[in-house]
Amino acid sequence: MTLLSLRNITVLRGRRVVVDDISVDVEPHEFVGLIGPNGAGKTTLMRAALGLLPYRGQTTLARMPPVARARACAWLPQAREVAWAITVADLVALGRTPWDGHDPGGAVPRALARMGLEGMALRSATALSGGEQARALIARALAQDTPLLLADEPIAGLDPAAQIRTMQIFADLAHEGRAVIASIHDLGLAARHCTRLLILSEGRLVADGPPDQVLDAALLDRVFGLRARIGRDKDGILFQALGVTR
Amino acid sequence: MRYRALLAFLAAIVAGLMVVSLLVGPAGVGPVAGIAALVDGKGALGLVMREIRLPRALLGAMVGGALGVSGAAMQGFLRNPLAEPGLIGISSSSALGAVIALQSGFAAVSVLALPGAALAGAVVAVALILMLAGPRGPSLTLILAGVAISALAGSFTSLVLNLSPNPFAVTEIVFWMLGSLSDRSMQHVAMAAPFMAVGALLLAPLGRGLDALTLGEDAAEAMGVRLTRLRLMLVLGTAALVGSAVAVAGAIGFVGLVVPHILRPFVGARPSRLLAASALGGAAMLLSADIAVRIIAPERDLKLGVLTAIIGAPFFLHLIWRTRGQIA
Repeated sequence: MTLLSLRNITVLRGRRVVVDDISVDVEPHEFVGLIGPNGAGKTTLMRAALGLLPYRGQTTLARMPPVARARACAWLPQAREVAWAITVADLVALGRTPWDGHDPGGAVPRALARMGLEGMALRSATALSGGEQARALIARALAQDTPLLLADEPIAGLDPAAQIRTMQIFADLAHEGRAVIASIHDLGLAARHCTRLLILSEGRLVADGPPDQVLDAALLDRVFGLRARIGRDKDGILFQALGVTR
Repeated sequence: MRYRALLAFLAAIVAGLMVVSLLVGPAGVGPVAGIAALVDGKGALGLVMREIRLPRALLGAMVGGALGVSGAAMQGFLRNPLAEPGLIGISSSSALGAVIALQSGFAAVSVLALPGAALAGAVVAVALILMLAGPRGPSLTLILAGVAISALAGSFTSLVLNLSPNPFAVTEIVFWMLGSLSDRSMQHVAMAAPFMAVGALLLAPLGRGLDALTLGEDAAEAMGVRLTRLRLMLVLGTAALVGSAVAVAGAIGFVGLVVPHILRPFVGARPSRLLAASALGGAAMLLSADIAVRIIAPERDLKLGVLTAIIGAPFFLHLIWRTRGQIA
């Protein structure tokens, strides 16, 4: 069962083409890394897929009524906004909004445990450090308990251990039969944990496939202006950027 | 459970203050005789209780509740603790309607002419806001449109005062604008009640959406909240509540700003829970202020809006002082 199907998605900002004719299908068991330089159109593509901004083309998510869409897909925006001093537990429970707050399956405690937040459930979310707040917001998206998760730079600003843990959680979600699409700047983590990479450059999808097939010297030079060493070990790809080519 | 207890506590305070409000006034009435007269409604005392004191107590609770709940809704929607119900220009526009009615002599036509004109002012303001800010569009446009409308209505009010040939009318306008609940009748109650009921019904279902907005508009929309509809209901609900409150009581500041601020820590800062709590808290605050103006200066007709501002502003400063570390 396809969880997200995009057909010829194009987004214009004024006259500028920000996302240019992108078609993608995402299936269960996929952890998709959306990578590309700043301004490549990663955020815009995800927001268009959700129908949060005007677009041309077709997306299966944006066609759904708002509540049905919120039960099919969780969205973790890049801006980490917590307006009021609510507790971490209340914040994570906001993920149950599409179900009118009901949580029969215990998704909220599960999300708290998964993100290692049990100890701070009663603390005020605005009193947390930036990284803790980011983890609480990820837990909110997990509590929505959807087949698909779209996350915009979810690991930016986390400490190295928390970054790896979060990537592992997303990989686990994919393993359970869900799918995750996350924009990620750290190519090393993306290459090691994602099952598939979508590479965006200037609004176009320039490569799509498993990390070891997609990441090569020519593409890194062309899209990122990077020189890198790419190796392997038993757990996956080892990626180390060495310098810039331009 | 703690939330239910808080609501019950606030409701008990409101009920108690209603009783006190009924028993305070120039006609010295004992508690037992007063309540008895209110129940049977016979004689001069019955008239005083039913036609003077009862509408005053009812309006105190209604107006305070209206200001409190719309302040809480507005702060929740804009995610800003400094937002207040007057922000979108409704209060100043309905004040302008009332001022025009007072100046033109239309207010003398009937008891309801002045509140009617004030409500008309509120309706014009809502129409302007929805035209300017559209049914869609960011909340910043809503604030800017509200500020512009407030400024416009304020300048017209000044113009009326400026050009008024009649000093008595000027005095009357200025006193009206200070806000008061004295000399109101059951007709005022009957006029405000339907608007306030509609406003409350429009704001009541917004709780879940306002909670979701804690995480920003994008996250809320992706959690299934229909932002366009929420905004329309918020604007219409606030307009009905604030417009009718100003129509019957004049401009009363600070209740809508301070009450949600005081109660926020007691409801775990959740915007949904703040709605009902602020309605009760606003009613309690306005009733106590209205009792205070009658006790402090029974013969001087101290205006209610003056007292809420005199107490409200320093209290607000104190709150800012205490929480300045947390706001950062």
